Amino acid sequence: MAHSRPATSSWWAGDGPVLTAPVVELVNVTRSFPGPPEVQALKSVNLRVERGDYLSIVGPSGSGKSTMLNLLGLLDRPSVGEYHLDGRDTSLLDEKQRAIVRGGTIGFVFQAFHLLPHRTVLDNVLLATLYSGVPRAEREDRARAALDRVKLNHRLDFLPGPLSGGERQRVAVARAVVASPELLLADEPTGNLDETTGGEVMDLFEELHADGLTLIVITHDQAVSDRAERRVRITDGRLSELS
Amino acid sequence: MTFSFKRMLRRRSRAAAVPETVSGDDLTASTELAPGAASIVPVIRRADRFSVQDLLVEASYGVGARPSRLIMTTLGTVLGIASLVVTIGFAQTAAGQISSQFDAVSATQVMIEPATTRNSSGAEQATSRLPWDAPERLDRLAGVERAGLVADIDVAGQLITSVPVNDPSAAQTLSPAVIATSPGLLAAVRGNIVTGRYFDAGHDERADRVVVLGARAAETLGINRVDSQPSIFIGDVPYTVIGIIDGVERRANLLDAVILPMGTARADFALTAPAELHVQIAVGAGTLVARQAPIALDPNAPENFTVQAPATASSLQDNIQADINVVFLTLGILALLAGGLGIANVTLLSVMERVGEIGLRRALGATKRDIARQFIVESAVIGLLGGLIGSALGVFAVVVVSLLQGWTPILDPVVAIGAALLGTVVGLAAGAYPAVRASNIEPITALRGGT
Ligand SMILES: Nc1ncnc2c1ncn2[C@@H]1O[C@H](COP(=O)(O)OP(=O)(O)O)[C@@H](O)[C@H]1O
Ligand SMILES: [Mg+2]
Repeated sequence: MAHSRPATSSWWAGDGPVLTAPVVELVNVTRSFPGPPEVQALKSVNLRVERGDYLSIVGPSGSGKSTMLNLLGLLDRPSVGEYHLDGRDTSLLDEKQRAIVRGGTIGFVFQAFHLLPHRTVLDNVLLATLYSGVPRAEREDRARAALDRVKLNHRLDFLPGPLSGGERQRVAVARAVVASPELLLADEPTGNLDETTGGEVMDLFEELHADGLTLIVITHDQAVSDRAERRVRITDGRLSELS
Repeated sequence: MTFSFKRMLRRRSRAAAVPETVSGDDLTASTELAPGAASIVPVIRRADRFSVQDLLVEASYGVGARPSRLIMTTLGTVLGIASLVVTIGFAQTAAGQISSQFDAVSATQVMIEPATTRNSSGAEQATSRLPWDAPERLDRLAGVERAGLVADIDVAGQLITSVPVNDPSAAQTLSPAVIATSPGLLAAVRGNIVTGRYFDAGHDERADRVVVLGARAAETLGINRVDSQPSIFIGDVPYTVIGIIDGVERRANLLDAVILPMGTARADFALTAPAELHVQIAVGAGTLVARQAPIALDPNAPENFTVQAPATASSLQDNIQADINVVFLTLGILALLAGGLGIANVTLLSVMERVGEIGLRRALGATKRDIARQFIVESAVIGLLGGLIGSALGVFAVVVVSLLQGWTPILDPVVAIGAALLGTVVGLAAGAYPAVRASNIEPITALRGGT
């Protein structure tokens, strides 16, 4: 990818960027859930994701994919090891800072869409601008642009209920990118979709990737995984690069 | 620490002050292009993060999402606030009602008589006499505005007519009563002159044969003007009519009477003592005058007088208010407690139903505090709604019932506004626990289920 990072860093960093730093760097990360029996969902994982990468993590059920995504999304902390996001050690952040960094830096796409049923499509996308510090004056324009991008500008005032699964997931993608995140995390984004609509969402990811977005897609579906530029297999909490 | 929330706030205020030309490190950091969604939407300058306005908008969506449930939720608060407003409204209205009655007559009138005992044959007998100078003695007391003496005169069956009686066989007509008063009595019982004048101290001292007629007595006697100095006769003694009076509220029998000066009554009818002393007092002076007047009348034997004084208006009001208040305030507070519990319950239910939403908001960058604030504001808004509706209903009830009863509705606007705000406070208190529960929900757990 030709995208070079300009001379300054992400908005939340105080003292400037680490220019060459990868977006994500996991160093010997272990996540264990205290038992009994104690479960090591991730075992000494090392991972580097460069700016503009499109990475898939594929593995069977119970292999530790969601645990991985929660860690990457700052929803969870490693038991052991270091997680550098945008060149900065996330262990230095407290709860509140993690939330704010999450809002400003990471976009999520979930298997279950997680749209608010009583709010319109436009409102659902706007929701992501509330917590990420998008200036009020820009919010609506950005939300409309994001929905344009996922080709749902004709559904702005719909509630999520009547939309098809594919449409709902596209709303979720618009929501995930509306605040210009550094990193988009998707957990089984096609898990609730049929092959065609799932394919649409994957096309969308490819376009976002072409635009320079850093993407990590977690899936158990080999076909979905194969569309990524770079693939990593997870088995029983251990990562191995495929190629 | 490289990052802090304060820093962000500072950034926000700076951004607001000088939007485009800032050269600060933080701002330039975010104005340039991020590699990410560059072509989707231009990269943003971070500024407004979950402001109060955002909070209120989100909370109002939460409140408005289920209108039918909202009605049930606010019901307890509505009832509680309404009953408090009704209670206070009726207490204030009743207080106004009472004091207006008191102001009219009773709160400012005192009547003093000689005490009586029963003698051996069972007849009532006065144990003392009111002194002739009683009005002057009482005028000196604090709280006394006017005083006047009254005595009924026994005319021993003599006829009272407007012409001399020449014919003993003429039909007996019902004669007006004859009453003697001190010159100041008219004012003390709040009478007013219809025509002519009341007699003065001079008439009294000289025992002039002058009379004043009550309005109805004047009618009976066929006298309606006094400028020609008409006379009436008690027996065959003529008395010059110098005035006609009306409007005596406290001693209405004066209207049917022929009224003479005390001095004249003593000279012509051997009046031995006044019967009643009427005193007009300042509002609220009843207790004081009742204590001091007998002493002023006879320092050696104050117990020889009985005093009819009004209970102090405020103490009467207090009693009535206290009765009403205890019952209704208790009901109101109970209803309000139930209302608060209702709000707490429904908010808790709503937290449980919206676990997925909470997880989503956390993933989108909401802090625990943002979540807590959202739910507490939601329940405060519910409380405010209940308070407003309850307060309006309460005011309406006070007005309607007062109008039906012919009272003047009195309700301090501060009470109405305060009651609505009290609803908000109830909502806030009720929302505290659910809000804490909501903010402690783990986003990972919350996101596992679907929304
Ligand atoms: N909160 C938890 N407590 C205990 N064990 C957990 C917890 N979360 C996940 N695990 C375990 O960690 C392993 C990996 O889980 P997960 O990351 O959800 O797998 P995947 O998403 O690949 O299906 C599983 O064995 C699961 O039982
Ligand atoms: Mg999973």
